[in-house]
Amino acid sequence: MSNATNIQGGVHQTQKHDSAHKHVSGQAEYIDDINEPSGLLHAYLGLSEIANGKITSMDFSAVEAEDDVIGVLTAADIKGENDISPTGKKDDPVFAENIDFHGQPIFAVVAKTRDAARRAAKLAKIEYETASHITDIADAIAQDYPLVTEPLTLQRGDAPKALEAAENRINGQMRIGGQDHFYLEGHIAMAIPGEDDDVLVYSSTQHPSEVQHMVGHVLDIPSHAITVNVRRMGGGFGGKETQSNLFAAVAALAAKKYNQAVKIRPDRDDDMIATGKRHDFLVDYDVGFEKDGKITALDATFAARCGNSADLSGPVTDRALFHADNCYYFPDVTLKSKPYKTNTVSNTAFRGFGGPQGMLGGERVIEEIAYALGKDPLEIRKANFYGETSRNITPYHQEINDNIIGQIVEQLETSSDYQARRKAIIEFNKNKGIIRKGIALTPVKFGISFTATWYNQAGALVHIYNDGSIHLNHGGTEMGQGLNTKVAQVLADEFQVDLSRIKITATNTGKVPNTSATAASSGSDLNGMAAANAAHQIKERLIKFARETHNVSEDEIAFISNYVQIGNKKISFDEFIHSAYMARVQLSAAGFYKTPDIHWDREAGKGRPFYYFAYGASVSEVSIDTLTGEYQIDRADILHDVGKSLNPAIDIGQIEGGFVQGMGWLTTEELWWDDAGRLRTHAPSTYKIPLASDRPRIFNVSLADWSENREMTIRRSKAVGEPPFMLANSVLEALSMAVASERDYEICPRLDAPATPERVLLAVEKLKGG
Amino acid sequence: MAETKDHINFVLNDEAISLSDFPSGLTLLDYIRLNKSLKGTKEGCAEGDCGACTVLVGRHTDDGISYETVNSCIRFMGSLNACHIVTVEHLKGKDGELHPVQQAMVNQHGSQCGFCTPGFVMSLYALWMTTPNPTNMQIERALQGNLCRCTGYEPIIKAAIEVSNSADPVHDKLNTERANMIKQLSAMRNDQRIEIRHNDDLVIIPKDVMDLTHARAEYPNSTIVAGSTDVGLWVTKHMHDISPTIFINHLSELHQIDVQTDGVQIGACVSYTDMQSIISKHFPQMEAFWNRIGGEQVRNMGTVGGNIANGSPIGDTPPALIALGATVTLTSKNGQRTLPLKDFFIEYGKQDRAEGDFVESVYIPFIESDELFAVYKISKRRDEDISALCCAIKMNIENDVMSNVSIAFGGMAGTPMHAVKTEELLEGKSWTLDSIRNAKAGIDLDFSPLTDWRSSKEYRAIAAKNLLERFYIEMTDGLSASQLDREAICEAAE
Repeated sequence: MSNATNIQGGVHQTQKHDSAHKHVSGQAEYIDDINEPSGLLHAYLGLSEIANGKITSMDFSAVEAEDDVIGVLTAADIKGENDISPTGKKDDPVFAENIDFHGQPIFAVVAKTRDAARRAAKLAKIEYETASHITDIADAIAQDYPLVTEPLTLQRGDAPKALEAAENRINGQMRIGGQDHFYLEGHIAMAIPGEDDDVLVYSSTQHPSEVQHMVGHVLDIPSHAITVNVRRMGGGFGGKETQSNLFAAVAALAAKKYNQAVKIRPDRDDDMIATGKRHDFLVDYDVGFEKDGKITALDATFAARCGNSADLSGPVTDRALFHADNCYYFPDVTLKSKPYKTNTVSNTAFRGFGGPQGMLGGERVIEEIAYALGKDPLEIRKANFYGETSRNITPYHQEINDNIIGQIVEQLETSSDYQARRKAIIEFNKNKGIIRKGIALTPVKFGISFTATWYNQAGALVHIYNDGSIHLNHGGTEMGQGLNTKVAQVLADEFQVDLSRIKITATNTGKVPNTSATAASSGSDLNGMAAANAAHQIKERLIKFARETHNVSEDEIAFISNYVQIGNKKISFDEFIHSAYMARVQLSAAGFYKTPDIHWDREAGKGRPFYYFAYGASVSEVSIDTLTGEYQIDRADILHDVGKSLNPAIDIGQIEGGFVQGMGWLTTEELWWDDAGRLRTHAPSTYKIPLASDRPRIFNVSLADWSENREMTIRRSKAVGEPPFMLANSVLEALSMAVASERDYEICPRLDAPATPERVLLAVEKLKGG
Repeated sequence: MAETKDHINFVLNDEAISLSDFPSGLTLLDYIRLNKSLKGTKEGCAEGDCGACTVLVGRHTDDGISYETVNSCIRFMGSLNACHIVTVEHLKGKDGELHPVQQAMVNQHGSQCGFCTPGFVMSLYALWMTTPNPTNMQIERALQGNLCRCTGYEPIIKAAIEVSNSADPVHDKLNTERANMIKQLSAMRNDQRIEIRHNDDLVIIPKDVMDLTHARAEYPNSTIVAGSTDVGLWVTKHMHDISPTIFINHLSELHQIDVQTDGVQIGACVSYTDMQSIISKHFPQMEAFWNRIGGEQVRNMGTVGGNIANGSPIGDTPPALIALGATVTLTSKNGQRTLPLKDFFIEYGKQDRAEGDFVESVYIPFIESDELFAVYKISKRRDEDISALCCAIKMNIENDVMSNVSIAFGGMAGTPMHAVKTEELLEGKSWTLDSIRNAKAGIDLDFSPLTDWRSSKEYRAIAAKNLLERFYIEMTDGLSASQLDREAICEAAE
């Protein structure tokens, strides 16, 4: 039915991002660019100056004495609950009364200008009773700090027994750093009060329904009074999944209190200080293996720096465990999560959602075995790959039935000339020069679906107006990933009309209710299907109409490139729609989709949490300077599986961008807290994300164009948001190899992440000394 | 007191504007977004590090107009008299069509979330106008001051290449209207002092250097602003009151570069970009290092004079200038004095500057043909990062013996300074790897570095010692064997 291809902008075609022309000309509107309502007020947060303790007094007299200040909001202004915890644990206040981390929001100043609010916020006199604090995971473990949420254990077989019996056994520890999202557009919200309890909230959020819910919760008003609108974000990456709640709640609180529109936009520093990041992990592993490198047993614990509250730490640490196996079969396995509380900002979702940290821990285990046996880590990887029909049960007891990693790795190994390059590098390193090289090929298998099963639903609202133009709305949010473009392509394909006929509209809780976060890479899988469902409903009515009015059978009706074929008549889409309207055919539909076949029993640690897996692999080559630890990424080759791509250009963009972002996480992006518990890397001057000159100079990126999703996903495509992030694992491992050359690859350098020049140099020095 | 003017004049895109009654801390970004409702330019960091706010500033020079990218978030309005400000809105064609640079970005899928995009477009625009057929290295350099979190940069680089093949800047509006603009801006140059009052706040734009000395005498506590790459942050990050503020970057006397027989004298307002050709010609050993100072926007704004005057313990240029034996000239109403740069830095936060003094110029002696010289910057990220440590080494080798050893470090103490003990350990010793290794002990005697977010004290100490070794290896074995060479990879890829 959807085989015709001569429309502009159908599925499987490269199309530019729907807003590209607006991005480049500065016409794309972000919340701070919206024409401001008259009388707009501005709110600014006041943050705690201690890492742990109690507030003993607050004096706002100097704040309130400022000319343009309207007032100060504190916990006392909250009529509903002073809580924005996304999982209902009631551990995350809007305004803190007990301080859990340095930089925790305590109050907000509302003033006539943002500048006045920002300046006045510094004039508050807050006194505290200070308690000792912990920012580091190792200290949290040592001092038996509480867990913020229930830990998870995944178990299959008897790992302790199998470890006892193992021919070879290694245990070790790996530190994995966190990461700031560094979306270029920081958090922002603008609330406009209306009649009754009504409030319209513009929020830079990936999760409009949750913002709606949280605003209702804090203001003690029903969800129906709140409308949340999101046209686009300037980047999200998970950082705007739950963290937007704070800003939306404060804006709405102030808007209702003063009955004026209120905008809140923290500066970059406060955004980085007061909102959550990727979780840091400390991984302890104990692995048993045979002399050919086959793993027999693994027992590993993943302790995470969760910060002051649970936020999404439960599902994040769960997902770390779900990905510790990556592509490898562990015959006997125990994996445990330890989501520790720390006196740092509560960590949150970030592209990969714990998966990258789990996977990186698993890859360290592979490296350990390879160096212990004196083999290429790739050989160990292959020896442990999941089988296609046997050895294919994960630690969470899901059978993998779409495994294509063998084919991907084989193709990439050839296309990247891996073997010859590795040989040449080993030869190069033999000279023991100051510059050493490393190369690594690492695979990725990433599970697609929210592990919170109820999140795997989506809605869409499609109208065809009687001029034949189409209005598209769905529950997903656009943060740059091209979701709107892809969903519009699906709709164009359904109706067989040009993409230009479809108007993409802002996500709005009044149009599509009860939406899930645009997260877990699921945006186009879920919303594409929901939009297709809406289209099917409308088409069904249109076909019935055509059948009845033209007295033809259904198979004589077809939608073909901006026309409708009815029997031997060809009617333009516009004309057909207009006649349907005149005949009183409903031209609007709400579509819905829920992912089938998935289930997850967390207590038992068993189920099918993932509908399918996305695969990929990368080869990275690096050079390091053994005098200073500085390095560069010389080349990267990637082969990635997006099933049957909805839009190859957008998918390639996700892959390249994900890789470079992952590379930043593993190399130069370092979060650093001082002894007072202050985050000191809170702006681009101190927190270093990759630049153009850091990207791999030679960067070959291909789609596994032969792949097709075995499941009935939207046009057999696969999710692409998160999986490519983990392709960067090969960068860390290539650095590791370069370091290991110092001792002829006899010792695993145990290079931790992020591998800053400092960590690389200290690893080299350690091998020199040891 | 001579007559003063109470407003500045400038051109914003197509509009000639006269502006009075504004505070000294008003940034160009806030002005264009809040006052002029030009919302295409974005605020990403308000500290000149992300480039989302990039616009072009055309300033009147002896050769006409030089259009340069700047970070509008840390550029003050007080520095823009007689300038042409070009924002992304100006790129639109007569019929609303996209500019070739914008079209190339669209064609190459160079935007995802789009928030950094106007800034990238402006940086690519400036590159295309000055360097129509850029190499990969030149593109990377032009984009050092622009962060993108979505794309991984690859499509943006491709857009830079595409536009260099698809369109000729000769036909660009800024070029076709250049002569008119020169006329317009010339008429706006101030032949008298400008003083702008806004409540208690005072902006002073002196007429010339003589007037500057008077202004300094009248307002000894005034803040001098040249490039504002540092002072900008005092305002945007720390909300400091900088008034009364004296803007000096328009003073042509302070832009002089005077090449003399034994060295070069540079005015305090000479930017890193203005210095580029002098560096290439007379200090080629510093060229790679120079390209790693800030990003392109910061190099366009930032001045060597400011880099010295702000007294940073790290400093990009001071370690190199100290090792080269540079001197600094301070001027006040009472006259001039010249002192070795090494003596200017007294301790952290304190420089040898009397009331009313300002840094007028710096003199840098040339490197003699028999002198060896190198400068190294170690940072977490290669480009656009503040160094964890910075090291410059100069010496003579005569009959295989080291002499006139001059080594300076930044990031190792409260000020940039000589590694005196290390120098002593090397002076007069034979030019061998052993001598160098023996002198490493001097680093521990010279410095007790601190641990901070840029690196640990251990790393600073080890790396500092290893840089001595790097110097020896580089001078004896040549660069290629001892240093990462991105350029070679770039060329190989082309």
